[in-house]
Amino acid sequence: MNKLIDLQHISKTYDSNVVLDDMNLYIRENEFLTLLGPSGCGKTTTLRIIGGFETPDRGQVIFDGCDITSLPPNKRQLNTVFQKYALFPHMNIGENIAFGLRIRNKPQNYIRDKIKYALKLVNLDGYEKRMPDSLSGGQQQRIAIARAIVNEPKVLLLDEPLGALDLKLRQDMQYELIRLKNELGITFIYVTHDQEEALTMSDTIVVMNQGYIQQIGTPETIYNEPENAFVADFIGDSNILDAVMVRDELVEILGTRFACVDKGFGQNKPVDVVIRPEDVELVEPQRGILQGVVSHIIFKGVHYEMEVTANGFEWLVQSTRMFPVGTPVGLLVDPFNIQIMNKPESEDEEAIGCDE
Amino acid sequence: MNKKTLAFPYVFWSVAFIVIPLGMIFYYGLTDKTGAFTLENIATIATAEHSKALLLAAWLSLVSTAVCFLLAYPLAMILANMNVNQHSFIVLIFILPMWMNFLLRTLAWQTLLEKTGVLNSILAFFHLPILEIINTPAAIILGMVYNFLPFMVLPVYNALTKIDKNVINAARDLGANSMQTFFRIIFPLSIPGIISGITMVFIPALTTFVISTLLGGSKILLIGNVIEQEFTQTGNWHLGSGLSIVLMVFILINMAAEAFFDKNGEGTAL
Repeated sequence: MNKLIDLQHISKTYDSNVVLDDMNLYIRENEFLTLLGPSGCGKTTTLRIIGGFETPDRGQVIFDGCDITSLPPNKRQLNTVFQKYALFPHMNIGENIAFGLRIRNKPQNYIRDKIKYALKLVNLDGYEKRMPDSLSGGQQQRIAIARAIVNEPKVLLLDEPLGALDLKLRQDMQYELIRLKNELGITFIYVTHDQEEALTMSDTIVVMNQGYIQQIGTPETIYNEPENAFVADFIGDSNILDAVMVRDELVEILGTRFACVDKGFGQNKPVDVVIRPEDVELVEPQRGILQGVVSHIIFKGVHYEMEVTANGFEWLVQSTRMFPVGTPVGLLVDPFNIQIMNKPESEDEEAIGCDE
Repeated sequence: MNKKTLAFPYVFWSVAFIVIPLGMIFYYGLTDKTGAFTLENIATIATAEHSKALLLAAWLSLVSTAVCFLLAYPLAMILANMNVNQHSFIVLIFILPMWMNFLLRTLAWQTLLEKTGVLNSILAFFHLPILEIINTPAAIILGMVYNFLPFMVLPVYNALTKIDKNVINAARDLGANSMQTFFRIIFPLSIPGIISGITMVFIPALTTFVISTLLGGSKILLIGNVIEQEFTQTGNWHLGSGLSIVLMVFILINMAAEAFFDKNGEGTAL
């Protein structure tokens, strides 16, 4: 698959606040790409630069081989779904959806068919004559999507489109968006701060923080092999520990040596280690690599979430077995589940890690 | 103390200063000097003198409202697009004259526009032809526009700032250029503000007698002047009240027409 959008050396500064610094990113055709990060990480600015609502201070936006950096939004072959829907309040649903087509002077019957098709696609048949404010948030968001896709854009930009919806509706809409994406066969660029949304829907996740891309990868890679402590911490729960890589496949964590599968970090090198709470196994004390005591327990539905104090560290552990507070337990970790990460090299990168 | 007791001062106020005066206007307007019922006072609007005064007042108010709108809309657009620090300063400049007395400001215009006034002295100094604008309808329009312009700017400005920036972005995103965005999105969404502005300029302009007296001389009679003279000079309260009723009905018809166009009901037309 070829690059549909290519962002080259994009920098953007507001006042003296650096929002994006020399960002490079490409988006392939027919990809579901998610920009994920905390607020202020530059993800929305990136989307607005692609959409044409912001001009980068430096760098180029290449779309399908052409430089569109200074092209206004109305000349770009992409459409945006805004966070708060942004439907036209003085037009009914049909007129809202028809807006882009009327601007392009499409014939009347073509527009009529398109409205019908789009409403069917978002499961809101027969809503043509309703006014936007008579619809629920979820319905308005579907109309916003319908209004964008009737223009047959090559790329749909979505700026936290589910942010204003409640949890259940959000989950339903996630499946809806995946279905839409597959039916339309176009590229989606999605912005969110919700890691679960990102993991559920994306082909590729771009984790951002403070204007820098932290990691690009599939949801599996991002979750299982975070490249640094920020990514590990931002995506899911995790135990992040200081450790020393003794040699290949052997790491010393809190004074105890663990077998692992990573190589090539050198000898006696300080590293960060991430161990997911579901990867820590609780056993009888004598069978564990580490011994500890359960200090806290919460029932979460699918599992129990426990804190276990061992070697002076509060381990977050998720298990379907319940161990009452005060129980001495042993901790086991499969070598495959120990993820070794390089420590940040400069103070600059250090700051990135501490943000959340 | 229950809530009804608390409302008493307002009830008293409404009765004493709104209901009773209105009732008196209707009483005087619909009776003759002997106290017998008559529609004659109202019917005098059909006389050439009175209907001319009403139509002239309506025409001058209409022109002033149109001029106010044409001046105010671009200004409100500029204000709405400014950042907070800049626009509060500009808004202050526009509101500042309103802190001065309305009569004083209008008198100031009289001094400026007089045949031997400030403006003409300056023109004469540069050997330019002098302006003979005082005591003409143009001077009245100038006075109306000057006094009522802020009442057009503020509601339009409010309506414009209420428009969600993303709605405008969405229109651009869907392919509209800036002209199309303005005529299809921004202008329609600002209509409630325009309606308010028109009401707030047109009605005081229609009923004014001060501006027309000071800047129009005694030759140009507006309906406001006619009514004022009936009360203060002729002393015919019956005729004055009758004409007031006609003016009220005329305003109500105008407002009903505006409300009809302001379907969203967001304006303050009524």
